[in-house]
Amino acid sequence: MTNHGDIAEYALRLGDDALVHGQRLCEWCADAPFLEEDIAIANAGLDYLGRARMLLQYAGSILGRSEDELAFLRDAPEFRNLLIVELPRGDFAFATVCQYLLDEYELLFFEALTNSKDETLAAIAAKAIKEVRYHQRRSVEWMRRLGLGTEESNRRAQAALDELWGYVAEFFDADELETRVIADGVGVDRSALEVVWRDRVGDLLDEVELSLPGDEWQVSGGRSGVHTEHLGHMLGEMQFMQRAYPGLEW
Amino acid sequence: MAAAASIPIMPEARFALNQRRQNSQFAELFDLLDAVKDPEIPVLSIWDLGILQDVACDAGRVEVTITPTYSGCPAMAQIAEDIVACLADAGYDNVDVTQRLTPAWTTDWIDASTRKRLREYGIAGPDSAVCPQCGSSDTSVISEFGSTSCKALLRCNSCLEPFDQFKRL
Ligand SMILES: [Zn+2]
Repeated sequence: MTNHGDIAEYALRLGDDALVHGQRLCEWCADAPFLEEDIAIANAGLDYLGRARMLLQYAGSILGRSEDELAFLRDAPEFRNLLIVELPRGDFAFATVCQYLLDEYELLFFEALTNSKDETLAAIAAKAIKEVRYHQRRSVEWMRRLGLGTEESNRRAQAALDELWGYVAEFFDADELETRVIADGVGVDRSALEVVWRDRVGDLLDEVELSLPGDEWQVSGGRSGVHTEHLGHMLGEMQFMQRAYPGLEW
Repeated sequence: MAAAASIPIMPEARFALNQRRQNSQFAELFDLLDAVKDPEIPVLSIWDLGILQDVACDAGRVEVTITPTYSGCPAMAQIAEDIVACLADAGYDNVDVTQRLTPAWTTDWIDASTRKRLREYGIAGPDSAVCPQCGSSDTSVISEFGSTSCKALLRCNSCLEPFDQFKRL
C-alpha cells in the first residue's frame, strides 16, 4: 500500500509541471506571431492550468491544503516542477522547441500513467492524454515549419534546441520517492521511456533538418526544489495578487 | 421524413448514458436540468453534450455529477452555478455538484440529433468538415485550437467563410 504522503508529493510534482508550464504559455497571450497562434497557445495553456488544478486539488486533499494555497503561497524551493518548464519563454522558436520536447515526453508519460493503480491519477492521465495528442500534433507541425522554413527559422530552432537539450535528462530521472511509487504501480518508470523518446525526437529532427545536440551538459534539481533563478521571478508575477490580497477571490 | 432514411448508429457510450437516465428514479430532476445550457453554445443542454452524467437525491440532498469536456474548460464553474440555480428555482436548495473524471469525456456522447442542432447553430460536428453555412465539403483547417478549448477553426473554400468545428475528443 502506497504511503499517502508519497502520492501527495507525486501529484504535487506533476501538478507543478503543469502549473508552471501553463503560466509560461499564458505569457504568450496577445504576444504570439498571429491571432490564430495566440488563441492556440492560450488554449494549450488552459489545458495545463486545468490539469494543474486537478493534480493540486488531489495533492491538497491529502495534505489538507487548498489548491490556491499550493499554487500561490509556496515559495520557489517548495516547487517540484521540472526545470525545463520554468525557463523564460524566449522567442517563438524557443517556446516551440520546448513545447515539442515536452509533448513527446508527455505522450509517453501520460499514456503510461493511465495504468496507475491510483484511480485518481489514472483518471487525470486519461483526460490529459487526449489533450496532449492535440498539443503534439501542433508542435510537430511547427517544428516542420521552423526547421524547413527559412535559414533564420532553422537557425533559431537549432539554437533553442542546443539551449534546451541539457534539461531533457530530467525527464527520465527517478529519485527515491519516485522509485517507491513505481514499485507500488502508482508512478511511471520514466527511465523506461527514454529510448522511445530519443527515437521519436531523433527521427523528427532528422526530417526537419535540425541536428541532435550532444549530451555534454545536463542539469537537474527541479524535483528536489533546486531551481533556476527564473522561477522566483515568475512566481513574483503569478503569486502577486494572493500575496498582496490574501484569500482574494473573483 | 428525410431523417428516417438513415438510422444513425448511437455510440455505446451514449447509449449507456441514456439508459442511466431512463432507468433513473429521479427522472424529474434530469428533466429539470434540461434547462441548463452550455454557456458557449446556448442551443445545447449539458445533457445533450454529455456533461451531465448522473443525478441522485437522498433525504432532500441532491447530488449532480458532471464531467469536464476539457481539463481547463472555464465553463464548468458557470455550469455548476447554473445547475444550483436551476434546481433552487424548483425548490431544491440542498444541491451538491461533483465532478467526475472517469470515463473521460468524449465527443462520442454527442448523438446525431445534437450534431444536427450544432450544425444549424453554425458549428460543424466532431466528425464533419462540411461548411455549416453553404454545405460545401471543400474546407481546410486554419487551426486545431479555436475560440474555445472544444472547437477548431476551419475555412470554407467555396463560400470563403470561416467556421467552428467541434473537435473530436
Ligand atoms: Zn461554405
